[in-house]
Amino acid sequence: MTQMIVIDIGKCTGCGTCELMCSFRHHGEFNPRKARIHKTVFLYDELAVPVVCSQCEDAWCERICPAGAIAHTIEPTSGAAVLKVDEQICVGCRMCMLACPFGNIAVGAKGHAEKCDLCDGDPQCVKFCPRGALHFADSERGEGEKRRKLATALAASYKESE
Amino acid sequence: MTMHGWTQKVLRVDLTNLSSSVEDLDREAAEQYIGGLGLGARYLYDEIDPAVDAYSPENKVLFVTGPLTGTGAPAGNRYVVVTKSPLTGGIANSTAAGEFATNLKYAGYDMVIFEGKASHPVYLYIDDERISFRDASGLWGKTTSETELAVVAATAPDAKVSCIGPAGEKLVRFACVINDMGRAAGRSGVGAVMGSKNLKAVAVRGTGGVRVADNARFLAAIESCYATLDDPYTEHFHQTGTPGVLELVHAYGVMPTKNFQFGTNPHGDRLTGELLADTLSVRKRMGMGCPACPIACGRITRVKNPDFAGIGAGPEYETIGMFGSSCYTNDLDAVSKANFICNEMGMDTISAGNGIACTMEMFEAGVIPQADIGFALPFGEAKGMVRLAEMIAAREGFGDLLAEGAYRMTEHYGHTEYFMGVKKQEFPSYDGRGLQGMALGYATQPRGACHIRGELQDLDLYGQLGWRVTRDRGMEAVDPLSWEDKPGLSVDVQDWFCMIDSCGVCNFVWFMGCHEDQMRELLEAATGIDMGGHEGFMRTGSRIFNLETLFNRRAGLTSADDTLPERMLRTPLPDGPAKGYVCELDKMLPPYYELRGWDAQGNLTAEKAAELGLEALTTV
Repeated sequence: MTQMIVIDIGKCTGCGTCELMCSFRHHGEFNPRKARIHKTVFLYDELAVPVVCSQCEDAWCERICPAGAIAHTIEPTSGAAVLKVDEQICVGCRMCMLACPFGNIAVGAKGHAEKCDLCDGDPQCVKFCPRGALHFADSERGEGEKRRKLATALAASYKESE
Repeated sequence: MTMHGWTQKVLRVDLTNLSSSVEDLDREAAEQYIGGLGLGARYLYDEIDPAVDAYSPENKVLFVTGPLTGTGAPAGNRYVVVTKSPLTGGIANSTAAGEFATNLKYAGYDMVIFEGKASHPVYLYIDDERISFRDASGLWGKTTSETELAVVAATAPDAKVSCIGPAGEKLVRFACVINDMGRAAGRSGVGAVMGSKNLKAVAVRGTGGVRVADNARFLAAIESCYATLDDPYTEHFHQTGTPGVLELVHAYGVMPTKNFQFGTNPHGDRLTGELLADTLSVRKRMGMGCPACPIACGRITRVKNPDFAGIGAGPEYETIGMFGSSCYTNDLDAVSKANFICNEMGMDTISAGNGIACTMEMFEAGVIPQADIGFALPFGEAKGMVRLAEMIAAREGFGDLLAEGAYRMTEHYGHTEYFMGVKKQEFPSYDGRGLQGMALGYATQPRGACHIRGELQDLDLYGQLGWRVTRDRGMEAVDPLSWEDKPGLSVDVQDWFCMIDSCGVCNFVWFMGCHEDQMRELLEAATGIDMGGHEGFMRTGSRIFNLETLFNRRAGLTSADDTLPERMLRTPLPDGPAKGYVCELDKMLPPYYELRGWDAQGNLTAEKAAELGLEALTTV
């Protein structure tokens, strides 16, 4: 069991505070395009979904990196597994961008790969998410909540008419 | 030099010659007028003759962000469209939130100034420093959502668009500007001025960022606001949005009913935010957020009823008050349909709804013959209301007359007593007889009747008592029916809201309980300037308010325009908790002028001008 950024899709309003706080932390400026978390808004469905690196156990980006710049580490305060880019080793070849199926790693203006590093155990996107759509929690929390929601819906469908 | 808060650049666009240039922001003006509303007023005051016709090429349209726009400040997401109003003849400043606003900053501009007039329909595409003019002939006549989607398709998937609809093209005097698929810079006809310049849309794609002067201080200021907002009121506003206040407005007896003939609506229970959020909202009790907004009060509604079917943003509180209660349809389906039409055609729902309610009263009184309208239009005639909204946008039949605004329509019939508004701009959805502070605000706001430029209703109606405005006075409650305390409160709240609308943040964060000191902290941390404490902060707000009024004086408006309809002044409210009350404007206006530092004619005195640093501008 490890901690990860758990997304509660139903609560995201699409405000993009996560993007702003991520870029502020990593780049010292408010700039959604430099964020490592990104939201997509489906306006007429009143839905928005944030997408961020899920720190794969067996990561495409790690496997493909020819320089060996991407490695699994354990974040000391939370014990969370995190894939980190060693900026000194990374040559900016963009192989990781091609390999990641989710679009969660990109080579930025400084010429090296940038991705979610969990902010040393205090992810700013989670800290500032104003509607509780993001949690830094046990990875099982997300599954558990989804199962519970499904079970609730199933239970409702099975209610005997009054 | 790295700029903090401001990008320090202004994009100047010459529509006559289809050329553009970039210049440095007037730093001194920025420090004195901040941005948005204030800085826009300053540039407009400096650059046009306020007496010029609003539709002449000499008028200019300014899109102005604030130093907090595009930052992580709570709801730091707004731009203000500033121009001379074709509706009031005074200054217009309408604000809207959205990624269009934040992308203007990310593209590197504090402000875009549109001058002149294009010879044919155009739209502007701002792709960071690359500026291009595109032919908009094929977009002319398209609705706002059609325009936005077409412009995105023709530019970039991540371009953000602000545009006008057919109403703006046809110079409906209360046409608005719409961005981000339904966010409106709504009032005073700013969209009509765009239309008069043949400017259909502005698309922007910005890839830069916004930096602040003191990162740690700025983060702490944001956290302080978040702590204030973490309460049930914010949650309620998130779930029900602006319509969530309907019940309270009903309870105070200030809900405009049948064109302000009554203050209570016996069918008010059909018009509540809870009902909207539980029925027509695409997702129940779920709000969508503008950039960086911790509240997220926006919503999408879908009407399946075939008479009024549609989907889109809103309706907001004011729209429901006008189309639902004042037009007396008492039907959220019909209200939503009228709202969809206004948004798609690009016109202000408040002025449109108020004007239609006014028409209904005049129809019932026999002042407007049925033949003029083309069909019977008594109060409650929902399909007729929707039809007339379409006719206004198309300037078809009677709609052509009402497109001039309700005042000019009543003038046409020689019965201006039916017009419910100030400075030719229609009242929003509060009856001033039961809210004396609102009455004084309506009379004195530079942009005419308006609910968001000095929200005294936040104090007496919504019980907001966290601001210094009341704390510094030791006030624990504000009585909506008393008039004695309102001149002083009005001055301060108007100045305070000038600051909110100049910083580039949404006023709902402050409506929800954040206060002046938190705003000043955000502003100082972002820009690095020293506002001179609370006093200096409020003095800046006052400078802005007075500059707007100076603009109006030079445009020809006088203290005679600081008035209210006879109905508000002489006819007591016949019903509800405020029964028997009229607006005590005669008693409130003289002390208000005195506190403003104005003479009896409503003109700024030399002493006050000197105190505010406005001497140079008064002698122009």
